[in-house]
Amino acid sequence: MTINSAEALKEHVAKLKSAAAPETKILVSMGTCGIAAGTTPVLEAINKYIEEKNLQNAFEVVEVGCMGLCHSEPSIEVINTVSGNSIIYGDVSEVQVQAIIDAGADEIARGTKTVERTWYYPEKEENTTNAIQAKVVLKNSGRINPEVLDDYLVNDGYGALAKALCEMKPQEVVDEIIASGLRGRGGGGFPTGKKWQFAAAQKTDEKFMICNADEGDPGAFMDRAVLEGDPHSVLEAMAIGGYAVGAHTGVIYIRAEYPLAIKRLRIAIEQAEKAGLLGKNIFGSGFDFNIELKYGAGAFVCGEETALIHSIEGMRGEPTFKPPFPAVQGLWKKPTIVNNVETYANIGAIIRKGANWFKTIGTAGSPGTKVFALAGKINKVGLVEVPMGTKLKDMIYTLGDGIVDGKKFKAVQTGGPSGGCITASMIETEIDYESLKALGSMMGSGGMIVMDEDDCMVNVAKFFLEFTLDESCGKCTPCRIGNKRLFEMLEEICDGRGTMETLDKLKSLSMTIKDTALCGLGQTSPNPVLSTIKNFEDEYLAHINEQRCPAGVCTSLISYQINDKCVGCTLCARNCPVNCISGEKKQLHEIDQSKCIKCGVCFQACKFHAIDKI
Amino acid sequence: MINLTINNMPVQVTEGATILEAANKLGIKIPTLCHTRLDCFNVEHRSGSCRICVVEVQGRPNLAPSCCTPAMEGMIVKTNSIRAINARRTMLDLLLSDHPKDCLTCEKNLNCQLQALAHELDLHHVLYKGEQSTYNKDLSSRSIVRDLDKCIMCRRCETACNTVQTVGVLSGVKRGFEAVVAPADLRPLSESQCVFCGQCVLACPVGALTEMSYKYDVWKAINDETKTVVVQTAPAVRIAIGEEFDMEPGSIATGKMVTALKMMGFDKVFDTDFAADLTIMEETTELIERVTKNENLPILTSCCPGWVKFLEHQFPELIYMPSSAKSPQQMFGAITKSFYAEKMGLKREDIIVVSVMPCLAKKYEASREEFSTDGNPDVDIVISTRELADMIKEAGIIFDRLEDSQYDSPLGESTGAAVIFGATGGVLEAALRTAADWIAQKDIKEIDFEAVRGLEGIKEATVNVAGIELKAAVCSGLGNARALLERIQRGEAQYHAIEIMACPGGCLNGGGQPYIHGDTTILEKRLKAIYQDDQNATIRKSHENPSIKALYEEYLGKPGSHKAHELLHTGYTPRKCW
Repeated sequence: MTINSAEALKEHVAKLKSAAAPETKILVSMGTCGIAAGTTPVLEAINKYIEEKNLQNAFEVVEVGCMGLCHSEPSIEVINTVSGNSIIYGDVSEVQVQAIIDAGADEIARGTKTVERTWYYPEKEENTTNAIQAKVVLKNSGRINPEVLDDYLVNDGYGALAKALCEMKPQEVVDEIIASGLRGRGGGGFPTGKKWQFAAAQKTDEKFMICNADEGDPGAFMDRAVLEGDPHSVLEAMAIGGYAVGAHTGVIYIRAEYPLAIKRLRIAIEQAEKAGLLGKNIFGSGFDFNIELKYGAGAFVCGEETALIHSIEGMRGEPTFKPPFPAVQGLWKKPTIVNNVETYANIGAIIRKGANWFKTIGTAGSPGTKVFALAGKINKVGLVEVPMGTKLKDMIYTLGDGIVDGKKFKAVQTGGPSGGCITASMIETEIDYESLKALGSMMGSGGMIVMDEDDCMVNVAKFFLEFTLDESCGKCTPCRIGNKRLFEMLEEICDGRGTMETLDKLKSLSMTIKDTALCGLGQTSPNPVLSTIKNFEDEYLAHINEQRCPAGVCTSLISYQINDKCVGCTLCARNCPVNCISGEKKQLHEIDQSKCIKCGVCFQACKFHAIDKI
Repeated sequence: MINLTINNMPVQVTEGATILEAANKLGIKIPTLCHTRLDCFNVEHRSGSCRICVVEVQGRPNLAPSCCTPAMEGMIVKTNSIRAINARRTMLDLLLSDHPKDCLTCEKNLNCQLQALAHELDLHHVLYKGEQSTYNKDLSSRSIVRDLDKCIMCRRCETACNTVQTVGVLSGVKRGFEAVVAPADLRPLSESQCVFCGQCVLACPVGALTEMSYKYDVWKAINDETKTVVVQTAPAVRIAIGEEFDMEPGSIATGKMVTALKMMGFDKVFDTDFAADLTIMEETTELIERVTKNENLPILTSCCPGWVKFLEHQFPELIYMPSSAKSPQQMFGAITKSFYAEKMGLKREDIIVVSVMPCLAKKYEASREEFSTDGNPDVDIVISTRELADMIKEAGIIFDRLEDSQYDSPLGESTGAAVIFGATGGVLEAALRTAADWIAQKDIKEIDFEAVRGLEGIKEATVNVAGIELKAAVCSGLGNARALLERIQRGEAQYHAIEIMACPGGCLNGGGQPYIHGDTTILEKRLKAIYQDDQNATIRKSHENPSIKALYEEYLGKPGSHKAHELLHTGYTPRKCW
């Protein structure tokens, strides 16, 4: 099948839409996370049961990408395509499959757990009551089979590319993106249209479109979800961008640790080439565009655009100073656009529905939506997409369903290791690029790690700094040595060796690193330190002045002691990995402090609250 | 033109100029460390990595590295705001916190730019203390010592190795605090395609890259009563060594150097220039033969061991091209341990040949297997210009007060054609002088081939040599050599003869020469001195050197004879790159 014109695309989609299909669809979450949680045997059980009962005409099983319901994987959704009814089941096991299929989409199967749907599709103008999420980027993720091109086409796929190539001039495409106010979703928030304009203005023989799929923040998996769930949306957007700026080659720089995303991208590229949606003379417009994949070796710094470009060129992945900016001089010294996966995933909808539509979502300064990976001490860990301007409170308490075990919310880290922590007092904040920056954090790529009262904020700062320390390329002095010294000072404080001078040095060195580092990684690396000092200085002071870790995390500063509630059950002694608890049965036990490694196993094991953490 | 203000003073610069350059125009020195430029070779290293040169730019959220931030219209810059000063001091502090502070015993003591910067910025204690990087010293090669504990990641050596020389050995390895510059996989240099040109050593601002020192071996040899110790000095040493004693760059210090060597206790002080004349005899014979037969062209020079090793690694398919003539250093060693030994009634084992070279690759060259007989090398010990200067200082010789002395006979006599071996183009010019006379069979007076002189990386000339049009090229710097060879391989260029020197500018800028710390006017002065020395010479053609004539008459027969081939010619080995 070759689709060689916009009309052919329309005809093909009309044919797909009119084709007979089973009434009920069963969507099975087959993203990396779903598979890891055990979706494969569930899928097999579903297929087996349908085959056994000969239900092929009534049920269509669709293997979809991530639905975002990490907290309830394996998850499946049963949809009645006629009535529109849908039920999402979470924590599905093979034994429940039969009941779920028998119940269909109109009633809830017994003995199962259902998951509330919290999202709507602004593109479809569906009813938005009670739905906090708005799916633009993830509109197809968890809805279509990412390995079937027709599934994408029937959901307006490549319609935007057809519109751009056949109805718009390149500059009109650039103007539309500028007008939409779309900002880079990789973290920096630079206006995408403006970037495209720079590259479009360059007069050279060759330009490149790069997709940055080197997602590396701890706890962030937005891009993976898009690539696994809706790879064509990125390919389509890259081709649109290529047309807009005058590039004919696209490169997706993807980390090799994403094998499923790579596999699905490969399939998608092959399908698109075969269908004539990539390659020569797309839609008969005379525009050629090809996409290749480049694998990254997993260096965090290669998410920085100049480092990424060097890595593609076969050089050491480290940043160089800007200017020249890649849009002027990038890959192989040619004008190059580097956009993140999520940024690209917005392009199709903007071209199809227009900039004005896009601006109705989100805030004035940050239009559109943002995908976040909710993680940490939260009940419903998962991937969510919300309009910009959504309150932090709604994310944590409504979408995230509050803190695990009813504990007290302490802070949320946004922007990964480059961001900062936001405290309970700022929970009413409406999230966008500016508001997070004002709080000393940043949007980053969208990781959101929630912390509760049991987290030590000095230790949290140390954790993130250790990450940047490992991931720094080591090129510039402040990042290579400065971060090492920051880390060592944090270690001192966590060990109870810190002084007020250490704290002063910590602050001033952090400021200097921000002021002097070469690239975004270094310039933002002290953010976790500065924001924890700003918001939780009391915790630092407790470590320094009282040699006390208020959250009871820093092992050098805590000890476990047995109180007189001990009944001598010996459970603690039997669980202790270093055998440092002694005591006769039914006698008060004792911990040998010189041997104790402060692992806390006894504390967890004791059923009588007889062990104190001091 | 761009107008900006730096420290309240307006300044105008051309578009593309950096803040650093604009400040310099105003007479403001912004301290730098990683940044360096060698104007005469059009080389600039600006990795923007040390962050010492940061300045405050109004309206910019963070500080700007002045070495790589272009000046913009209306920019308002403060180089000495408290913010910039603090940042600069902090950067230096951090660098020192991960640097061994053993300056007193460091090879680069008083020649170290980090040390100078600490002095300049008035830093008296290191605030940030912590772990220091430690590595094993790389002592694997005969030429270069790598002490990575001292590496400050300025990456200048990388530019020298990769951009200038295109040798491709040194690059950043590992990440974060462990990042360091090394051959791939942190392998020792001896296992790499390093050609030991030593341009990295010249580039290194600290003591992370230095030459392998053989000074003590020389002292031991001199003091060994059972040995006759002879020393040879390369052409480019005499015009640079004075710098080490605060003499004006470009001073010709041949006579003082000979006196110093005699004072140090060498039994004979000979001249590599003698062997350079000998090289011309053999190489020109080969040139004329290859040109007349029109085969195996172009002929490439083979005096430079860095270039020879580069060819063996990078262009193994072209190893038939260089002249088979040994380098002057090795011809000297071979003649000393045969002709001279016989003349003096000595066994080759009784003679120790010490070379003083502007070069670090010569240390490696002397150790090549083919330059030994029964395990006894033709050249025993090689020291650099810098090492000789150190030894003279250690010996308490007040160099600038010395009277001049003459080289010893018979291996000390040389011509103007030999001394120009020290500059790029010199070998070719010397060969052309002899070739012209030999082809025309008369004494030609016009012997100054100006077209092949100067520091440019690639020079081309068509020279009429006694009626024959010779197309020649001269090339210095291995990056230029690569470009030229690739053109030849693609069939885009054809020559009869090409001179290639590994170091940009030739031996006068060799890896063993006194450090110039980016002041390339020194190189221009050295160049001038070399041609001055040539002009001063009474004999300026190699084949007119009386000692050379005598050597052929007494011992070798004719140039290209069987005996000459046995002693003065060699072959090349294809080598791998990894």
